[in-house]
Amino acid sequence: MSVPDSAGRFGPYGGRYVPEALVAALDELTAAYEKAMTDEDFQGEFHRLLRDYAGRPSLLYDATRLSAEIGARVLLKREDLNHTGAHKINNVLGQALLTQRMGKSRVIAETGAGQHGVATATAAALFGLECVVYMGEVDTERQALNVARMRLLGATVVPVTSGSRTLKDAMNEAFRDWVTNVDDTHYVIGSVGGPHPFPVMVRDFASVIGVEAREQCLGLLGRLPDAVIACVGGGSNAMGIFHSFIADESVRLFGFEAGGEGVETGRHAATLTGGSPGVLHGARSYVLQDDDGQTLESHSISAGLDYPGVGPEHAWLHDTGRATYASVTDAEAMAAFELLCRTEGIIPAIETAHALAGAQRVASELGSDAVLLVNLSGRGDKDVATAGRWFGLLGEADAEGPGENLNPDA
Amino acid sequence: MSSGAAFVRARGEDRAALVGYLPAGFPSYDGCVAALRAMVAAGVDIVEVGLPYSDPVIDGPTIQAAADVALRNGTRTTDVLRTVEAVAATGAAVVVMTYWNPVLRYGPERFARDLRAAGGQGLITPDLIPEEAGEWLTASDDNGLDRIFLVAPSSGDGRIASTVAECRGWVYAASTMGVTGARDATSAVAPALVDRVRAATDLPVGVGLGVSNGAQAAEVAAYADGVIVGSAFVRRLLDADSEQAGATSVGELAGELAAGVRRQRSDRR
Ligand SMILES: Cc1ncc(COP(=O)(O)O)c(C=O)c1O
Repeated sequence: MSVPDSAGRFGPYGGRYVPEALVAALDELTAAYEKAMTDEDFQGEFHRLLRDYAGRPSLLYDATRLSAEIGARVLLKREDLNHTGAHKINNVLGQALLTQRMGKSRVIAETGAGQHGVATATAAALFGLECVVYMGEVDTERQALNVARMRLLGATVVPVTSGSRTLKDAMNEAFRDWVTNVDDTHYVIGSVGGPHPFPVMVRDFASVIGVEAREQCLGLLGRLPDAVIACVGGGSNAMGIFHSFIADESVRLFGFEAGGEGVETGRHAATLTGGSPGVLHGARSYVLQDDDGQTLESHSISAGLDYPGVGPEHAWLHDTGRATYASVTDAEAMAAFELLCRTEGIIPAIETAHALAGAQRVASELGSDAVLLVNLSGRGDKDVATAGRWFGLLGEADAEGPGENLNPDA
Repeated sequence: MSSGAAFVRARGEDRAALVGYLPAGFPSYDGCVAALRAMVAAGVDIVEVGLPYSDPVIDGPTIQAAADVALRNGTRTTDVLRTVEAVAATGAAVVVMTYWNPVLRYGPERFARDLRAAGGQGLITPDLIPEEAGEWLTASDDNGLDRIFLVAPSSGDGRIASTVAECRGWVYAASTMGVTGARDATSAVAPALVDRVRAATDLPVGVGLGVSNGAQAAEVAAYADGVIVGSAFVRRLLDADSEQAGATSVGELAGELAAGVRRQRSDRR
């Protein structure tokens, strides 16, 4: 069975659960995207931007000290080294080009961690588009650095105060803007969720990650990896790296969701492992919901994973068993965060740290001969304050540093 | 009985029908039922009971605020059905307006059965388009319920034709591009949209989004078969000091709107 079908359905998932007012815009977008996929000019321009602007191809790094610690060979796909510091720029450059081709002058976006918002603000500056980013108020506080970055780039950041004041509510507000301003506005959805064509389109723009990584693995190892591992919020970095490997049956695919304080506590964002099928934000997929179909609030230390939905293709890969999904708690993710900092000198995004914690688990399952390809989806500059608080470093650093230097006996 | 019959009756009186909305459980279960009864007493023909939902992407701040209150009050899907039953007992036509996920979760077939049993006549589905509505088409057929899909100014003629072909009872024309909320001016594009719907179907056309007073109701009644009012009723309840005062205020607005939908047609004579 080939997925998605022409209506954007991955088995029972996907589709378009949207107000009628948006259907014309989605049809227009689908037509523009389908044309772009085979249009040489578009592809040439997209790949030129990925190379000259975003800095692709991203490196594949053989993380030997991390490998020794976790007991399997780990190859890191360095999306953190892209311009703006995460995988999000790949999708955004594609959608910005489409915006231009559709003759629209304004882009809007939702953002959780702020990485997608920063990427959208960046592309808007590059293309001369007006840009408004919706961000839950809770996230504007925990990712303050990225709010400042977006504003420096000329974007308007709107803190969203409804509901849980996180990514889900930012997305509601972005949909409300879109339905009002759809004539001149493109909604740059930041992950593989939302109504058709977003899940397939965002996956395709992100799939450069897996295309490169597959070639790089073959070049380095002469074979494919045993497992491909990514964190899953909405699921774009995971789909981006999974896509090229789906037909490779020997390669296992693992997605790690945010387990928050533990799935059993109810305070988590593990949609596939702790949710059930439903509709949210335009697509049928898995959703964290109560018995009445009301969306539940998610919880995660990671703003970018703190979302009660997930892209429909992941729901499909989950149900068919092609990919395996599990959850990683805040504490496990932060331990893996520290491990990467200390072994490789790389500060990952807290989102990404979930994939690293997952890799530790996969390593113990597959053994020391296994090669694990891990998507290092983003860098952790934006998370320094959160991590500093988690590890209790902020107050101590001030107290300890000068004290040592001033010690006359030292 | 179909909620379309209320339009036919209004047409027989040479006027537009008046459709009034409130979310169940707002300001409380009883307060909502009292306000809806006051609406009916003052001349609302069709009551739309809203199912309050956590992520109402096509609602503006007023209805969002009401849905928040209703959910914080612990309003359940079964309370929505109880509200339908309480209002249907007045003899008014009652439909439910709901985002799709709560129905999907309840089970479309079971929801349709329980809605029918409560005396409800159909469903308005703001985020369900006919392409995705397979389960609902079946459940509504099985239970003889109206299917009120929406058309919008951005809908092409082809889509209008295919959408109204799946409607039963009446058609909901969203008259502006945007979220729900009272507006000063009614939409200039609405009459053209209604004309395009009429070219595709004989079903009555209700126009919604933005009407808040008798003059606007009269204006819309001049070209539409029904005038749909939501946010303005919610606003009356949000501004009231007590539930009783709220119900009175809702009744007053309904009276003004009911006079409005009668005014234009008689003026035309
Ligand atoms: C670095 C990074 N990784 C992962 C994610 C999660 O998104 P997705 O699952 O779409 O890749 C985010 C989202 O903000 C992010 O910033």
